[in-house]
Amino acid sequence: MRLDVRKTYKLFIGGAFPRSESGRSYELLDAKGNFLANPALASRKDLRDAVVAARNASEKWATASAFNRSQILYRVAEVMEGRREQFAAEIMAQEGLTKAQSLKQVDEAIDLWVWYAGWCDKISTIYGSTNPVSGSFYNFTTPEPLGVVAVFISENKSLTDVVHGIAPVLAGGNVVIAIAAEDYPLSAITLAEVIATSDVPAGTVNILTGKSAELAPWVASHMDIDGVDGSGLDAANYEALKREGADNLKRIQRFKSVENPQRVLSFMEHKTVWHPIGI
Amino acid sequence: MLLTDGSESSIKSFLKTLSPVDQVGAEARAAMLATRSIKTSSKLWAIDTAISMIDLTTLEGADTPGKVKALCTKAVRPDPTDNSVPHVGAVCVYNDMVKIAREHLDNNGGKEIPVAAVSTAFPSGRASLDVKKQDTEDAIANGATEIDMVIDRGAFLSGNLGKVFTEIVCIKEICGDRAHLKVILETGELVTYDNVRRASFLAMAAGADFIKTSTGKVSPAATAPVVLVMLEAVRDYFQMTGQRIGVKPAGGIRTTKDAIKQLVLVNETAGPEWLDPNLFRIGASALLNDLLMQRMKMKNGQYSGRNYVTLD
Repeated sequence: MRLDVRKTYKLFIGGAFPRSESGRSYELLDAKGNFLANPALASRKDLRDAVVAARNASEKWATASAFNRSQILYRVAEVMEGRREQFAAEIMAQEGLTKAQSLKQVDEAIDLWVWYAGWCDKISTIYGSTNPVSGSFYNFTTPEPLGVVAVFISENKSLTDVVHGIAPVLAGGNVVIAIAAEDYPLSAITLAEVIATSDVPAGTVNILTGKSAELAPWVASHMDIDGVDGSGLDAANYEALKREGADNLKRIQRFKSVENPQRVLSFMEHKTVWHPIGI
Repeated sequence: MLLTDGSESSIKSFLKTLSPVDQVGAEARAAMLATRSIKTSSKLWAIDTAISMIDLTTLEGADTPGKVKALCTKAVRPDPTDNSVPHVGAVCVYNDMVKIAREHLDNNGGKEIPVAAVSTAFPSGRASLDVKKQDTEDAIANGATEIDMVIDRGAFLSGNLGKVFTEIVCIKEICGDRAHLKVILETGELVTYDNVRRASFLAMAAGADFIKTSTGKVSPAATAPVVLVMLEAVRDYFQMTGQRIGVKPAGGIRTTKDAIKQLVLVNETAGPEWLDPNLFRIGASALLNDLLMQRMKMKNGQYSGRNYVTLD
């Protein structure tokens, strides 16, 4: 007979897996109402630490070549593939789906990740432009990363929505602080374990679990967060986020859970460069 | 001289009377004091006190007059958006930048901020005594009112204590009442806490106004146990002689938490009298930005970012 080796689901900040600074956790029930796990209940100070880690990682990720970023993201998909069973088991427990449905969602999530990975080196080709100007200048407009983006993961599909939240923001060269859906934190943390072992630099992705309504005001007022994906917030919290986030002109958006390059583009800034012809 | 007449034998016999440092005890006490939680109004007080104790420092080979001027502007008004922030304790630069710093401070409302110069062949101290004297003379002539000198660690470690002592005495003579003398022990190269304690007493007996941990060029620099040992030394020296000597940790203090831990150490070891920019300084550059960001958080209730403080 063996003793159970049970997993502690912790946060993912700066490439490490700390417990919440507050020492708090919350009880997570599965779809049938039975005890499933005690994930960490992140506090505002965990958010603060995540922002510091993200900001420190931001330059390296933003200045990596687009091709390099897409290769690293593809590597994440490769490592996800090896964890199919674990992802499926967590989806089954959290959402109450059958094994077959869960595996289908895992495949969908991995394919979606690859789809976003492909956008890294295509986004500026497709959405950038060469502009005609009346003068002897070349004039280019290219989308550039915004910086630190906080993402409230939506709550429809436990794994697919995590991919929808994180992958496009990364593809645009931004660093991410993802706040997992309260009922589906396990998929997010397991994805964190995948990310931690796939050449993604530490701090590029940070994942917090807990109550998004508790963290939303701190995300909104934090002056060092440049953009917020509020997909996982309810209408009232999203409105409050937009209001309080105006102080440092955060870019605040929310999305439906469908494949869309706008998710990449939304957290990029169009920059225009003039260059004299003939030099 | 109260404790020694300056001869090698008198120094050695005096330093022999010092009890050795309990290494485990010192580290445990420093770690215990680091767990104090300082919040709300106490924290705000600590942040402002720490800002007023900073020796805002730039000691790079790549320093330019422009960078030094920017640093001086920041020393006078650390946060341009909030004039309730106190000015820093001093500006610390290399010798050739002293004049530029002094003039810029004088012209920008920073007359009361002293300029500290690192002299005596900083950071290695590997030069003849004549050169070190000239170096110090230069700095004072250009307007430095604080001199940060380095001790000859090679001489100290090889037991040549008379040489170390004499050098400090010579530099102190040049400083006279024109400049405060801070003696850098470079604790990262002294290896043991016993050596730190001995070097501290040696420097104080030779006439140091301040003892300073490090140049900032050697790691480890101002670790908490080292600062604890030095604070105990100034406390004991005060009991022996009635004279209060200052302490300046420098190097590796980058966050508000680190700075507050230092203040706790001061209060609990040397005593509250030392919580004064005349007796305690922190040598730092990046620390100031973190203190300002924490201060903004305390005032506005929202986390700040490095885009809202000046670049160094």
